[in-house]
Amino acid sequence: MAAVAAVSLSFNACRPKGAGSAVSGNAAQRTYVPPGQYDEFYTFTSGGFSGQMSVYGLPSGRLFRVIPVFSVDPEKAWGFSEETKPMLMTSHGFVPWDDLHHIESSFTDGMPDGKWMFANSNNTPRLARIDLTTFRTAEIIEIPNTGGNHCSPFTTENSEYVIAATRFSVPPDGPESDVPIDSYKENFKGHISFVSVDKETGEFDIAFQLKTPGLNFDLSSAGKGVSNGWLFISCYNSEQAHTLQEVNSSQNDKDFIMAINWKKAEEYFKAGRGTVQTNVRYAHNKWDEHTHSATSEIKTEVTVLDVADFDDLAYLIPCPKSPHGADVNPTGEYIVGSGKLAALIPVFSFAKLQDAIANKDFEGEKYGGIPVVKYESALHGEVQKPGLGPLHTEFDAKGNAYTSFFVSSEVVKWNVESLEVLDRQPTYYSVGHLMVAGGNSKNPYGKYLVAYNKITKDRFLPTGPELCHSAQLFDISGDKMELLLDFPTIGEPHYAQSIPADMLMDKSLKIYDINANQHPHKTNGEAEARVERDGNIVRVYMTTIRSHLTPDVIEGIQLGDEVYFHVTNIEQDWDMPHGFAIKGANNSELLIMPGETTTLKWVPDRVGIFPFYCTDFCSALHQEMSGYVRVSPKGSNVPITAYTGTK
Amino acid sequence: MKSLHRAILVISGLALLAVIILPIWRIELDAAQYPEGLELLIYSYKLDGHVDIINGLNHYIGMKVLRADDFIEFTVLPYLVGIYGLAFILVGLVGRRRWLYVLFGAFLLFGIVAMVDFWRWLYEYGHDLDPTAPIQVPGMAYQPPLIGFKQLLNFGAFSIPDIGGWIFISCGVLLAYCVYAEWRPLKAKQIS
Repeated sequence: MAAVAAVSLSFNACRPKGAGSAVSGNAAQRTYVPPGQYDEFYTFTSGGFSGQMSVYGLPSGRLFRVIPVFSVDPEKAWGFSEETKPMLMTSHGFVPWDDLHHIESSFTDGMPDGKWMFANSNNTPRLARIDLTTFRTAEIIEIPNTGGNHCSPFTTENSEYVIAATRFSVPPDGPESDVPIDSYKENFKGHISFVSVDKETGEFDIAFQLKTPGLNFDLSSAGKGVSNGWLFISCYNSEQAHTLQEVNSSQNDKDFIMAINWKKAEEYFKAGRGTVQTNVRYAHNKWDEHTHSATSEIKTEVTVLDVADFDDLAYLIPCPKSPHGADVNPTGEYIVGSGKLAALIPVFSFAKLQDAIANKDFEGEKYGGIPVVKYESALHGEVQKPGLGPLHTEFDAKGNAYTSFFVSSEVVKWNVESLEVLDRQPTYYSVGHLMVAGGNSKNPYGKYLVAYNKITKDRFLPTGPELCHSAQLFDISGDKMELLLDFPTIGEPHYAQSIPADMLMDKSLKIYDINANQHPHKTNGEAEARVERDGNIVRVYMTTIRSHLTPDVIEGIQLGDEVYFHVTNIEQDWDMPHGFAIKGANNSELLIMPGETTTLKWVPDRVGIFPFYCTDFCSALHQEMSGYVRVSPKGSNVPITAYTGTK
Repeated sequence: MKSLHRAILVISGLALLAVIILPIWRIELDAAQYPEGLELLIYSYKLDGHVDIINGLNHYIGMKVLRADDFIEFTVLPYLVGIYGLAFILVGLVGRRRWLYVLFGAFLLFGIVAMVDFWRWLYEYGHDLDPTAPIQVPGMAYQPPLIGFKQLLNFGAFSIPDIGGWIFISCGVLLAYCVYAEWRPLKAKQIS
């Protein structure tokens, strides 16, 4: 017996160590941010299929806020208040959900400038801009001629353009798009949109689109430094399969990284070389901070340049195999392709690519009219045996790269110049993207790396069949990466951006100036609070201030009325929002920030007395902050009455 | 009068003119929910600082709303301070000792009357509380301190002169010094 036990013990000793031992001794100290103290970084994390963006602190992993972007959010009345509904309008009408994939900072000179975050939606293709003073979505634009906008929202060195490119090539919009699906090779096209960003206001405009052969665009990085003016896009499905892509898109040994000279494309666009396509329809939704309302407009024109019509716009670099990430290092010289089915990581050299283009060092045959650079001619070298299933690479400021491996579930650190693997650490489990603080910029902040895991299984207390995804924080300041912390995330975190706290915290808005409020249904102080009837439209001009709603007694509402509660929060003190909710409302509450006006539409369905109240605990007398609406039958002679306190 | 003293008076006079546009007094308030603090700044012609927020909080205890229009002082005070500033300059330029004594008496009186008036307002606002207010303050008194610190329910109130007030006090001290310095040699002469 003893012998058997000894043997089994010694066998067990041979097994690799479990997760528990992977955490270094003082990890708790290094992630502990004492009560009342601040984190070093804001981290904006994509919410994947939740459609939202979440804001965490690093190194604590504390969640500060979930910013609603592409999905409705009843907590914040996003998509429920009359003012926010236009933000979710598309050419398909109101779309209440989407899949928010990636996030990228606005950049100035290749560094995050703290103005905006950009985000893409993968289902109904759109691009969003989030304002970093209000932490709200300020703009959403739909992308025409596009399937899923996955390859987005990556921006150029000065955020001249945000990129939106299709993951599912489709025939261009319009009546001609009714084609057999098996005519993919002939009729399906890729479109890469260059959405310009106004330097001051941030406003989007689809400047032009590049039309390409039907390909699946996955991810992209703009060149920076030496490669500024170029864009590198990973392309898979070079097989141009339209069915069972799992197999049919995985046949070719190499797919491509497409290198686009976007400065050239811009020149051609400005020279009027593009074609204006007028059978597109796409929504452009803008939030106005002064009216506290959104507008939605349908646009019908886009300029398209077909890359096959030009010799010097785009080049394809063969890249093994179904590449996901195409990531440019801080100097801009190296482009790392992460072929998710490949067993190595190719690193391309921008200088060699330029030489190859100059020497026309191309394969014999073009691909859909685009020259294909010879693999070896553009290659700096390959990282050998890095792991299985490389997905995405980010960088530190010391010349190292960090690549996530989905299949072998690890993060690998390697040297960009020498291509030597320096360290590997397991992730729990199946990491997708990773993020180094500032790791996509010209001068990464470094220090922290966060791995975003798809599978968490036994890592947290179980919560039934549906488990959280997670973020894993590593300290990368030393030679070896050290795991510090696991924390659960909202939805599926595809990507994130970290910004040093001191860049944002001082310009965070505290209140909206009530005097600058230009909402058409603003109530100027309690004296103007009132109820107005116009046919069956009833408008309640209501104010909130601690701790009463004015009016809080409303009579004269009739069945068949459409009631609009225009609630103005007349507080001017920080952190003093009020809420508004009424019994039986078929939408949501309102949360009204100081100085803001927000509207809830309510259609009463029966006669009776309906209480309403403030939903955000605002003061010692919050529980008293409520009122009543009386609903009478249609045609009743109960007059419109509204007051608070005394009649 | 010695030219030094005359110069002091002229400079003090100019400084007093500046007091018209500077905050004279400040009341600082602290509470758990206001780690950044609230402040009420009293100028010769207006109230400033977090007036609206303080009014919002005061409504719980039924204190009257602070409104600059309710204070006749804000109309009169800038002129009074201006007149005193000009008087300082005038006395400095003319250099008559007798005028100096009159100015000192008048300025001292002004200071005392101003503080009594300020205390009267504090008393009035602190005691004229609405009996129907949601929170009944024990003893129905919520009077901020004239000067110094006082705990008022969850708020700590700290009342002190602001820059204008300090200038005002300094002018008074300098004036007193001039009076003393002019009077002493005179007295010495008489004795000898």
